[in-house]
Amino acid sequence: MSIVLKHEIPGDDFSRAGEASSAVKNKLKQMGIPPEVIRNVSIAAYEGEINAVIHANGGEITVTVDPDAIVIVISDTGNGIPDIELAMQEGYTTASDNIRALGFGAGMGLPNMKKYADEFDIRSEAGKGTVITMKIYMKRPKD
Amino acid sequence: MTIKDISTLLNCSVLCCEERLGSDVHMACGSDMMSDVLAFVKDQAVLLTGLLNPQVVRTAEMMDIICIVFVRGKTPGQDVVELAREKGVVILSTKERMYEACGKLYESGLKGRKEP
Repeated sequence: MSIVLKHEIPGDDFSRAGEASSAVKNKLKQMGIPPEVIRNVSIAAYEGEINAVIHANGGEITVTVDPDAIVIVISDTGNGIPDIELAMQEGYTTASDNIRALGFGAGMGLPNMKKYADEFDIRSEAGKGTVITMKIYMKRPKD
Repeated sequence: MTIKDISTLLNCSVLCCEERLGSDVHMACGSDMMSDVLAFVKDQAVLLTGLLNPQVVRTAEMMDIICIVFVRGKTPGQDVVELAREKGVVILSTKERMYEACGKLYESGLKGRKEP
């Protein structure tokens, strides 16, 4: 049976960015999910949440917990990403100096999400928004 | 090394979660860029930073970082301290600058991330 957690990401207040990911983390803890899985989900969700706040004036996060994996979907209705390949490069950012002064916008968000997720998919359309889907396995495959 | 050892080495004030000073710390990370911190994961880590906003505590929360040391004598706002208290993250403040604070901890045996 799947359990679905859904949270709105408010876009107007940077100091509240992370509340949705925090709520997800607490819920996963209560559910007894392994700590390493929780951490990977938390970091991936948090990076996505920060991105939605910085670049798209908020959005929505949906986390589906299945017995074998956790799927995180972060969607927004922002301006979209014109060049996804470029955006995926470590260090590439379009964030303002203002955001950098807050400790983000180092061009590590998308690469970090890809790193912490076992499966990563990003779709974006100009003027319509971006949807990121990340799957994290309950058990890490053997290297 | 315990959080208490860090507090002593850097002559810190303890701003919250004093009851957790006995917790062991295995490694440290010093940065003002939270995006870089989020690329670094290890258990029982301490974060040294000069950045004061609530996202520092959120970053620590997501990464299971158990202690934040604010350098250069910076003291965060009450909202930041309250959030840390709620999340059980020890907040220390030292007058040392980032470089010296990291150097003192490293010299005392607290290393950074070991690359696999």
